[in-house]
Amino acid sequence: MAGFDKRVYSYEEAMAGLEDGMTVISGGFGLCGIPENLIAEIQHRGTRDLTVVSNNCGVDGFGLGVLLVDRQIRKVVASYVGENKLFEDQLLKGEIEVVLTPQGTLAEKMRAGGAGIPAFFTATGVGTPVAEGKEVREFKGRQYLMEESITGDFAIVKGWKADHFGNVVYRHTAQNFNPLAATAGKITVVEVEEIVEPGELDPSQIHTPGIYVDRVICGTFEKRIEQRTVRK
Amino acid sequence: MALSREQMAQRVAREMQDGYYVNLGIGIPTLVANYIPEGMEVMLQSENGLLGMGAFPTDAEVDADMINAGKQTVTARIGASIFSSAESFAMIRGGHIDLTVLGAFEVDVEGNIASWMIPGKLVKGMGGAMDLVAGADNIIVTMTHASKDGESKLLPRCSLPLTGAGCIKRVLTDLAYLEIHNGAFILKERAPGVSVEEIVAKTAGKLIVPDHVPEMQFAAQ
Repeated sequence: MAGFDKRVYSYEEAMAGLEDGMTVISGGFGLCGIPENLIAEIQHRGTRDLTVVSNNCGVDGFGLGVLLVDRQIRKVVASYVGENKLFEDQLLKGEIEVVLTPQGTLAEKMRAGGAGIPAFFTATGVGTPVAEGKEVREFKGRQYLMEESITGDFAIVKGWKADHFGNVVYRHTAQNFNPLAATAGKITVVEVEEIVEPGELDPSQIHTPGIYVDRVICGTFEKRIEQRTVRK
Repeated sequence: MALSREQMAQRVAREMQDGYYVNLGIGIPTLVANYIPEGMEVMLQSENGLLGMGAFPTDAEVDADMINAGKQTVTARIGASIFSSAESFAMIRGGHIDLTVLGAFEVDVEGNIASWMIPGKLVKGMGGAMDLVAGADNIIVTMTHASKDGESKLLPRCSLPLTGAGCIKRVLTDLAYLEIHNGAFILKERAPGVSVEEIVAKTAGKLIVPDHVPEMQFAAQ
């Protein structure tokens, strides 16, 4: 790699440096906009004791769910763990720890983490189990919880198009948590459907500026749909 | 008679106003989109990052990158915008959503809501519900008035872990439309054919019954 050329050409190279016990932040909402191949590479590497931060934890056999098969995940920070049998099993047996986090708080934890803000106050969760053990402060007559931000050793991100500078655009609602995750990794890896020529992406339309991105790889995607709903 | 799910959605639709930005939860709230009055323009927000949710796609239009917060395939209407989850919850927490409609297990006279966790059963998560109830000023909760065993869900104090504290002011059940003020439910409307006595019997929390309780009117279909 030279200068600002962040392209890598194998998934092995894309996830190089991932070690047991690390924290991985992942983009995606349900199965939409998930870094399918980067997850598959983590499975392939057999890395263990991972802390995974993601809105959801995939389904049986797809998405982050594949990392449950060989018990690679020790802890999950998520807002909704959904319909996942293996996950339920491991949760009930105490093999996996789950920190349920309100969705907006989770998004802000990533955003703040990437922006160098160690903590923030939100009204979300005041008076609920989420508030347990957290500092509460009053501002303008209303109570707020202090929530700490999150950073990861790795962030894994699914984009639509990128250039070799690491500038990324997302497609439709596959954006979701991806741009937030991208800012919060010590090493941020983005996989995309297409790497375009320099200058092809309009600078004012970039969702994730290349400064946040360390590695870019072009992949092919299954893009599984969870709830296919159509009108006649 | 108790309202059907569709009738509940029709009643909620009467609360819509032209130019409203609205977040609809999963279940009965989703059905409200079918009863937005003719000639009224409303933008539906989906918390995964879509403002201006359109109809479900045709087979040909289905796109894995275009879903709503229920993970269903959707389309975007003209005037829609798409953004990150942080931006989406900035709208929600910042109080920019005009109306939020969501379901619940229990609501109490203090405006507390429990909707995400039943101890002893597997907990799947709160998703965006805690942010929605904390951020919105104008919330309507839709739920059945009592459980299948006849246990009231309108309580003096929620028994389940809360989703939010002191944030609910309006509840639509299959029997009644109620508001919450000063530590009591106030019976505002009753479902057609449902007696005040039945509502009183099925409301465990303090209930104030005005002299006249009108029958519910529905949005035109």
